[in-house]
Amino acid sequence: MTNDVLIRGEIRESPSRAGLRLALRGEWTKFWSVRSTRWTLLGLTLVTYGLCYLSTSALRGHAHAADPIVRVLVGFNFGQFAVGVLGVLFLSSEFGTGQIRSTIAVMPRRSIVLAAKAIVIGGVGLVLGEVLSFSTFLLGHLILSGQAVQVSLASPGVLRVLFESGVDLALMGLIGLGVAALVRSTAASISIFTSIMLVVTVVLFALPGAIVNAISRYLPANISSTVFSATTPSRFQGTPIFSPTTGLLVLALYAVVLLGIGGWLMIRRDT
Amino acid sequence: MIMGLNHPDAGSVTISGKKYHDLRWPMREVGALLEARAIHPGRSAYSHLWSLAQYGGIAKSRVEEVIDHVGLTSVANRRVGKFSLGMGQRLGIAAALLGDPAVVLLDEPVNGLDTEGIRWTRRLCRDLAAEGRTVFLSSHLMAEMALTADQLVVVGKGRLIAELPVDDFVACSSKRSFKVRAANLDLLIPALEDAGALTIREANSSLTVTNVSAETIGELALEQQNALYELTDLCSLEDAFMELTEGVVEYRAASR
Repeated sequence: MTNDVLIRGEIRESPSRAGLRLALRGEWTKFWSVRSTRWTLLGLTLVTYGLCYLSTSALRGHAHAADPIVRVLVGFNFGQFAVGVLGVLFLSSEFGTGQIRSTIAVMPRRSIVLAAKAIVIGGVGLVLGEVLSFSTFLLGHLILSGQAVQVSLASPGVLRVLFESGVDLALMGLIGLGVAALVRSTAASISIFTSIMLVVTVVLFALPGAIVNAISRYLPANISSTVFSATTPSRFQGTPIFSPTTGLLVLALYAVVLLGIGGWLMIRRDT
Repeated sequence: MIMGLNHPDAGSVTISGKKYHDLRWPMREVGALLEARAIHPGRSAYSHLWSLAQYGGIAKSRVEEVIDHVGLTSVANRRVGKFSLGMGQRLGIAAALLGDPAVVLLDEPVNGLDTEGIRWTRRLCRDLAAEGRTVFLSSHLMAEMALTADQLVVVGKGRLIAELPVDDFVACSSKRSFKVRAANLDLLIPALEDAGALTIREANSSLTVTNVSAETIGELALEQQNALYELTDLCSLEDAFMELTEGVVEYRAASR
């Protein structure tokens, strides 16, 4: 190794200022260059297909099934956690390892860092979600071909389920990212995310009926249940529930609020 | 604070007249080696640098260039988590140089490095400065600073204590003292004392002389045809630093 005078570096002039466009490229590279991303996405895909195979095969020979698409997409209940955790890790790992300091050193405008991360995790979540929902549907369709119970794109609500399930995954990624921006620590973020998704739902149903009826429809887990189902009941487990599309808008609102507060805190806090 | 990582309670820092936050191309103006490691251990050195380069619109060829420059080419695709302290430090320096910045900030760059690494870093700093860059080093290692730095800024308890060239810093210390060995100390001592020096005879037949300049000692010895075996400046940067910061040092060991 030499200490010769450093060669002048080649610098590409594209935009007039380092901003979101370049930040997106950097975050894209970061997202794909850690092993956890590839393993999580691979695992998520395999589990979704595997669960589809198991639960859909069980419908073979049945004369009737109420909502077969729920069985086909059962893996999505797992997928929301996987994408949510991916969203958490995308930011919390930077706080945990100190990487955030390197990131902020090259992009001192922190809102741009968070926006770039949101676009990457939201975009990957959406594309993955859509590809996964339609490909899983195809798998279920093949398993049930020639059977009394069928899943078909022509069935009422099925196309809506497939499209919105992908959106649901993307929103879970954004909610995970927002939680991480808020609390920073990986362990705390993941426990908060899972608590909101699971524990709150369990605890809620132990509370008085009036409270349950007031809150139940706002719980992400209940919203997702309607999204993954082609039947659109007005009640879920006896409590009033939003329509799937309204539910998704509520999830989107959660994501926006969490990212907004998280981003504001990121700008204010020292790193 | 310079990089905008931490917010100051009061005041502001500007680089070329602008806040770091407002620079159009932060990476191309300032490169920083942050203390310890600020790197995700699961990423390869190459991916780490490439992602940062993309943020600054810097070409891939430049990433290879800096990896080569810091001597990490053979391990560029290894995960950073497996790197030794020295390799991590080199990677940090590579990141600082990515944007070919005019200002380089290095926070404790030699901490935990082996001798070879320390020498390499020292030479790198001198070379970067020779290219016309401003190299801003922070360190607690006085001996290291004496070898590397030109200009010294001393800060204690959040206040600026001194800002001046290293040589002046040492020279202005009042306790300038020398170790002297000569053919005939008995002859030299009275002459030195006549010149106003304070002398202390040490057990190892050397003399500690204060209150006169090295020139005076040498000239007196020459007049006497008294061969000087040794004339060593005992005042180090460290001593000068200690004298200057006396009473300002935050956590000092109590002396008994």
